[in-house]
Amino acid sequence: MNIKAMTAVAVVLLAPTFAYADADDDTMVLNEDISMVTKTAAPAHLSDALDEVMSGWHFRSDETQAMQLDDFDNPGMIFVEKGMETWAKVDGSEGKSCQSCHDDIDSMAGVKATYPKWNEAAGEVRTLQMQMNDCRENQMGAKAWGYDKGAAINMEAALSSVSRGMPVNVATDGPAQSTWEMGKELYYARTGQLELSCANCHEDSYGLMIRADHLSQGQINGFPTYRLKNAKLNGVHSRFKGCVRDTRAETYKPGSKEFVALEMYVASRGNGLSVEGPSVRN
Amino acid sequence: MNTLNKLAAASVAGVIALSSAGWAEMVAPADVAFDEDGAVAMSLTGKAGDAAMGAKIAGSKKIGNCVACHQIGALADIPFQGEIGPALDGAADRWSEAELRGILANSKMTFEGTMMPAYYKVDGFLRPGNGYTGKAAGGPLDPLLSGEQIEDVIAFLSTLKDE
Ligand code: HEC
Ligand code: HEC
Repeated sequence: MNIKAMTAVAVVLLAPTFAYADADDDTMVLNEDISMVTKTAAPAHLSDALDEVMSGWHFRSDETQAMQLDDFDNPGMIFVEKGMETWAKVDGSEGKSCQSCHDDIDSMAGVKATYPKWNEAAGEVRTLQMQMNDCRENQMGAKAWGYDKGAAINMEAALSSVSRGMPVNVATDGPAQSTWEMGKELYYARTGQLELSCANCHEDSYGLMIRADHLSQGQINGFPTYRLKNAKLNGVHSRFKGCVRDTRAETYKPGSKEFVALEMYVASRGNGLSVEGPSVRN
Repeated sequence: MNTLNKLAAASVAGVIALSSAGWAEMVAPADVAFDEDGAVAMSLTGKAGDAAMGAKIAGSKKIGNCVACHQIGALADIPFQGEIGPALDGAADRWSEAELRGILANSKMTFEGTMMPAYYKVDGFLRPGNGYTGKAAGGPLDPLLSGEQIEDVIAFLSTLKDE
């Protein structure tokens, strides 16, 4: 084969890459009922960097997207059911379940959308998992769940599922602001031997292919996410850890103050998008 | 040590390295001399690289992984080429060998703030890890590519000409 012919082959081989490079224009209607906001104007704090924020759903294949549209097809819902069973189950020395204090899990609609958030009594920013563990230890007399481990993720998914369709609305001001600023600094810090920041991949390069991966904006409105790759629900901090590791850096630990701050900042970048968790990703 | 002394020491070290083992790298990462445009005139090994080896390095996920970000028509058999940086077809028409060496050794000297990693740099990193383990680096880092590997990739890139 001569060089020209080889080039022609190359163009044909590479063509599909370009065809699906951008975010698609599909619309998401959950269970043929709830219209989801998967693209919206960027929140004011982000307007210098982005015009529009988009769910990671837009960057996945049609097949993966379809799995998230119906609860019967969404493998993440099995874990939601487990979380819902735990909601009503008594645990710990006080003889209480979550439901003893909170009523039905449906009463939690809207809660996920506002986390991480400032807790006045504790004087700290808390993720949903930190709040769950506070209830377990101090209300139920039960043991804290491991960060991003099965029981915690199942409950986070259950709490997220009852907020689906509601807009993410994480407060960035007031006493939470310094944590938010710390998260922002981490987002733009170029770490590891590859010297890459979250922004390099998810702000400057979303829509492009990095090897076989189609880069999204790295939004977390869809967490916990069921990943086809490992066939389980994945937590936000575990995802962060993987991304930081891929810069050839020393990562932070799930539950660390750095990742709590980063979660708060990244969540706020998705303000206005619908809560989607549990979403389906590859 | 003043600059002149440093240079003298470096060149003495280089001569010793060269005489004790012909293939030893002459220029250590800390001693690479970039000109004001980010180009590096001197070969890192004192000799020309091997283009066929360079093609392997550029396409391999485990070594250079240049195709993670660049499309390279000459490597069309390698699937999933990225599109973060410009396609490298015709790179040798756009850049001299010295410029390519500079882009590989530390692209930030040529393109300020670029996303492209520096392949011949061993310090000045934030939270450097031990490879892709997520753990802290155990000691001094190796550059992402050796001087010899970089010369091989330069030899390969030098073949990328649009007629
Ligand atoms: C070297 C490139 C790179 C860097 C740097 C990087 N990521 Fe990612 N990230 C990816 C890839 C590839 C994926 C999988 C495709 C996608 O969803 O974008 C991903 C996925 C994600 C997801 C899942 C999105 C979804 O819809 O499920 C989140 C969240 C995320 N990244 C956050 C971050 C954060 C926060 C940082 C910085 C601490 C970061 N990433 C740094 C490459 C990167
Ligand atoms: C993480 C992404 C990334 C990786 C990996 C990467 N590059 Fe780049 N490269 C870029 C970007 C982005 C540019 C454009 C420079 C800029 O920032 O303006 C570039 C520019 C270049 C250029 C100049 C392009 C031109 O023709 O104008 C060359 C040559 C080059 N890279 C070679 C390589 C080689 C060889 C490797 C592997 C050893 C490599 N790159 C790995 C991102 C990358």
